[in-house]
Amino acid sequence: MSTPSPLHDIHAGLGAMFTDFAGCSMPVRYGGELAEHRAVREAAGLFDLSHMAEIEVAGPEAGPALDYALVGHLSAVRVGRARYTMLCHSTGGVLDDVVVYRLAERRFMVVANAANAAVVASELRGRADRFAAEVTDRSSEYALIAVQGPRSAEIVAAVTDADVSALPYYGSTLASVKGHELLLARTGYTGEDGFELYCSVAAAEGVWQALAEAGEPHGLLPAGLACRDTLRLEAGMPLYGNELHLSVTPFEAGLGRVVKFEKPGEFVGRTALAARRDAGPQRVLTGLSGTGRRAARHGYAVLSPDGARVGEVTSGALSPTLAKPVAMAYLPPELSEPGTRLAVDIRGRIEPVEAVALPFYQRST
Amino acid sequence: MSVLKNLSYTEDHEWLDLDGDVATVGITQHAAEALGEVVFVQLPSVGERVAQGDVCGEIESTKSVSDLYAPATGEVLEMNDSTVETPELINSDPYGKGWLFRVHVEEVPDLLDAEAYAALVEGRA
Repeated sequence: MSTPSPLHDIHAGLGAMFTDFAGCSMPVRYGGELAEHRAVREAAGLFDLSHMAEIEVAGPEAGPALDYALVGHLSAVRVGRARYTMLCHSTGGVLDDVVVYRLAERRFMVVANAANAAVVASELRGRADRFAAEVTDRSSEYALIAVQGPRSAEIVAAVTDADVSALPYYGSTLASVKGHELLLARTGYTGEDGFELYCSVAAAEGVWQALAEAGEPHGLLPAGLACRDTLRLEAGMPLYGNELHLSVTPFEAGLGRVVKFEKPGEFVGRTALAARRDAGPQRVLTGLSGTGRRAARHGYAVLSPDGARVGEVTSGALSPTLAKPVAMAYLPPELSEPGTRLAVDIRGRIEPVEAVALPFYQRST
Repeated sequence: MSVLKNLSYTEDHEWLDLDGDVATVGITQHAAEALGEVVFVQLPSVGERVAQGDVCGEIESTKSVSDLYAPATGEVLEMNDSTVETPELINSDPYGKGWLFRVHVEEVPDLLDAEAYAALVEGRA
């Protein structure tokens, strides 16, 4: 039995179709995922992401504890700012990718993927053990609502007292929406400008309704997890379980920049990650672009021109924005150069694809 | 969810509109909704003989790929070109413009009536 979102009744009233996602029943789509995808690219989409995990790390040594536990340099992040970073195993393998918000000098919030909530909480607890820092899983206290798309700043500005235009990308601030105190952050995972609102479970319906009403004249649509997946794929963003898992390091995923070797002190995975950096990855995350309408999907084989199996697709879809099939796959570096001609095995049919630079889609700013 | 009274159904969520020994075939609204938005359809060719229960095509949505099963044995008489060109017709009008193909049925198979199919999708069967 999966746990319903605090917004379940609203979704049901909107005719949502639900899916079980890491033990949570979440809306996968309302009307159609293509219209929802388009709304996020051209106007705005309203997402319920309450399944995400919020883990607080607080105390005099919260910063150093996170510097040790994660690959990023979190103690250097200013209050009111956030960082995308990773929790790695001592082998260098990725346990999760997370966004860390510095809420106060001695208080951080680590937002983890729902499926990894237990692992992240327990790893953080173990790794923070030797520091004066307390790790508390607050996931059940929070609802998370995201507004994503080019019109999102106007929509959020209409419902809050916060100075939205002054909020930088990856910045956060306390704000009030309809009398509900919440954390407003300019973050997201769609490749568009957007905001994420962390509010109490009790405030969730009020906050959602306020955003839905303010967004209507702007063309905002409620948007489900189906379009969130095609949006992040077009934006070349890795998804845990597809592109990221224990047997890849940030270097294979093209995200070596998140590993801050220059930060002070030891951190979990440093030795293995330094070795991987120096040796260079054996395979790298590569964009593949095809023709026609048939998409290569997770697990399909990538073939070299002579038919040899050279890798496997991690994510793939017919790109709603680009109207062609796109995919990501781990390939040997020499085959990942843009322009390299490859093929994918789509259920026995060999379709040509070309390696391209990621992301597939980048918003014009 | 709509199930039309005048149609026959299979457990693979296809519908058949039988007119003598010619059946028009499509997928049900329930199937279309479960698939998500259809972006690609591959149908059997005209003149091809399909056998009941065999895979005769493919329906691909934004999120998944599903096989299309032949609901009856016989020769394919016609395929719906507009559905191939505009696969979203399967979502917008699954029992109408989104029909898939017509088959000359050699022997009418065991099919579900509307009530039995509705029971199947509601988990009552």
